[in-house]
Amino acid sequence: MLATYAPLLAWLALVLAFVVGILALTAWIGRPQAATGKGDPYECGMIPRGDARHRFSVHYYLVAVLFILFDVEALFLILWALKARSLGLVGLVEVGLFLAVLAVGWLHIWRRGGLEWDR
Amino acid sequence: MEITWIRAALTLLVGFGLMMSLAAGMSLVERKLSAFIQERHGPNRVGPFGLLQPMADLIKFVFKEEYVPNSVNPLIYKLAPAIAAVPAMMTFAAIPFGFLDGQPLVIANINIGVLYVLAVGSLGIYGIILGGWSSNNKYSLLGGLRASAQMVSYEISLVLSLVAVIAVSGSLNMSEVVAAQDHHWNVFLQPVACLIFLVTMFAETNRHPFDFAECEPELVGGFHTEYAGMRFALFFLGEYIAMVVMSGLMAALFFGGCDVPFLDIADTPWWLGALAMLGKTAFFLLLFVWVRWTLPRFRYDQLMWLGWRVLLPLSLANLAITGLVLALLGPEGGHA
Repeated sequence: MLATYAPLLAWLALVLAFVVGILALTAWIGRPQAATGKGDPYECGMIPRGDARHRFSVHYYLVAVLFILFDVEALFLILWALKARSLGLVGLVEVGLFLAVLAVGWLHIWRRGGLEWDR
Repeated sequence: MEITWIRAALTLLVGFGLMMSLAAGMSLVERKLSAFIQERHGPNRVGPFGLLQPMADLIKFVFKEEYVPNSVNPLIYKLAPAIAAVPAMMTFAAIPFGFLDGQPLVIANINIGVLYVLAVGSLGIYGIILGGWSSNNKYSLLGGLRASAQMVSYEISLVLSLVAVIAVSGSLNMSEVVAAQDHHWNVFLQPVACLIFLVTMFAETNRHPFDFAECEPELVGGFHTEYAGMRFALFFLGEYIAMVVMSGLMAALFFGGCDVPFLDIADTPWWLGALAMLGKTAFFLLLFVWVRWTLPRFRYDQLMWLGWRVLLPLSLANLAITGLVLALLGPEGGHA
């Protein structure tokens, strides 16, 4: 177990060392210099109006929820896929039922307009 | 575990150098190839044919000042580029480059390699959305939101297309998937999955024609509008390494990895196998640039339409048919 993941940990250490190192280097060499107006948000040269922390479209939340739904499904399917050959027809029927339920759910989302982006 | 420590350490260092040179080389190749497509010269001042341009870029990035704009959330703003770059670099560890003395030539030979790449690779999305949100810039926020919605939408089809490959190969270990493709690449067994993966790999890396995260005419620079210097470079590096990893996945999972046509994997010299894998990866990296300068950008609702109404049912159907064929072939069938 450790022998399998030790290279991965070493790799993580290497990657972190690189990222931290190069950020530290640039923080040391490239010290910021103050200037007026430089700290304003860049919005095409217009003087920024208000804060950017607005409410945003509910569609994004819907996409997030749908993603969780279908991604969990994909996880279950990975387990089946590993043994797809040996599970044979019984496994296929079971997974087919699972997929069918999901497909009906997906159709329902479509019919209710959950997949319409501009509405 | 017969792999010696020396070999593991060497693989680690060579792998790191390879990853960095692939990403740096890609930044040059992208500019050179786009110049070629647009009948320009591209960078040609630094070194012969501009070959040292990535070096010059790196030096410039390091010397740029590390400015933190006034209205940002400083902690998240500073962390976000690292959060975006580190997962992309981590996934590179699982890309197999062939076999040496019967042992997989890979930085970390993990038995759940495919799952690992998917899991860690999608963490990079946090960097993008945190960077976009913490910038306190309307364009950044929109870019970050768009990128995350797009990436999660296409993630499903990506995973489902790989599930079909896993079902055919019967393993999550990348090197075993490669070994199972000796003489019959998955692209021939799973052409639809390969097509789905091809489309989703552009969407997952926020590349043209799906580059809504940046989308210059609409969002200035998208989620990294407020970033400059090395922090910007880390976002950039993360994106390029993600492209390298996606091309590597494509080459390893669909195009036989280190398999050279008409040669047994066991008989292939290790350097030839590694070269074949590199060549296949390079081809898909070039494809990224080629597509960028050939296709127009989608509209955002078209992107969602394609992801949820075309790719998702297509990948589910592909999986169902794959399952049916595998079940009919039985436990031992199809293992040519």
